[in-house]
Amino acid sequence: MNAPFFKYGLFGDEAGLVVAFVIGLGFGFFLERAGFGSARKLVAQFYLTDLAVFKVMFTAIVTALLGVTYLGWMGLLDLDLVYLVPTFPGPQLVGGLLLGIGFVVGGYCPGTSVAATATGRVDGLAYLFGLVAGTVVYAESYSGIKDLVNAGGLGAVTLPEALGLPWGVLVLAVVAVAIGGFYGATLIERRFGGAA
Amino acid sequence: MSKPSPYMNPYLAGIGLGLVLLAAFVLMGRGLGASGAFSSTVSWIAELAAPAHAQANEYYQGYLAGDEHPLKAWLVFEVIGLAAGALFSGLLAGRARIAVEKGPRASTPARLLAAFAGGMLMAVGAHLARGCTSGQALSGGALLNLGSWMFMIMVFVGGYAAAWFLRWQWK
Repeated sequence: MNAPFFKYGLFGDEAGLVVAFVIGLGFGFFLERAGFGSARKLVAQFYLTDLAVFKVMFTAIVTALLGVTYLGWMGLLDLDLVYLVPTFPGPQLVGGLLLGIGFVVGGYCPGTSVAATATGRVDGLAYLFGLVAGTVVYAESYSGIKDLVNAGGLGAVTLPEALGLPWGVLVLAVVAVAIGGFYGATLIERRFGGAA
Repeated sequence: MSKPSPYMNPYLAGIGLGLVLLAAFVLMGRGLGASGAFSSTVSWIAELAAPAHAQANEYYQGYLAGDEHPLKAWLVFEVIGLAAGALFSGLLAGRARIAVEKGPRASTPARLLAAFAGGMLMAVGAHLARGCTSGQALSGGALLNLGSWMFMIMVFVGGYAAAWFLRWQWK
């Protein structure tokens, strides 16, 4: 049996939408469990009082990365069929910066604002309206900026390809960064945390 | 009403989230997302509100082209699931209640305005980056995507750079 199942035709678009809903259930459940329906919990990351954002995110990345790596090595998952967002260095660096600033201004990111709104946070709803307004602004200016935002595309490229290193070396590096980061995060929380 | 339960251990929640992400890779051959659902929704609203205008706009057309209803999209269903899953967890823990998340010094109107502004900023940022924290940082991070890691580093840079100027809202 080969994965990704959808790409190998084990089920169609309609069943895929059911899968989407179920995957979303799990996604929302763990976001809320972690406390990510609360803007104060999320932005604490940037005031160094609570680094749960880093811990959850990097644990999730390491878990999924080890999963795809081992499933790939066992021949169960064809990683070439897993969609990779193409790299556009300029727009992605600028976009990341805007998202970081917007995170502290708005208190959420798009996914967590849905979790916040679903659990009754009015600021989460205000954020969602902002998300809609920002999407309209982008859509209405798209014809004027599309050459700029679509410039310099490198296509789908991974870190191992870009650095000329084996996949396994990068996996090891990410795991090392995560473990070092977790240790550092604990020290930082001890220093700046206090009221947990 | 009883006190809300404490949050889950971040490493356990991270493993749970990582397994959900892994399931998306294995089942669908794609990662998680959030911002894309709003692109579909906004395009659908644009077509309802101003059909001729939406027809002439290249951005909206990207989501309206094809025979399917624009809301019959993978990310739209995933985000509906996200809301339901979060509500379920929040109810289970006694954390679901009407409230505004803010620091002690911020007024409610100022906080709501900032939340709206942050949402706008992030919509533009997510479009430039071709994904948000879910689609880029989390999903792309786990696939060792070059652009995702560049994006993720800049999210942290932007957040820490902005934090000092926004203490009024949180501290």
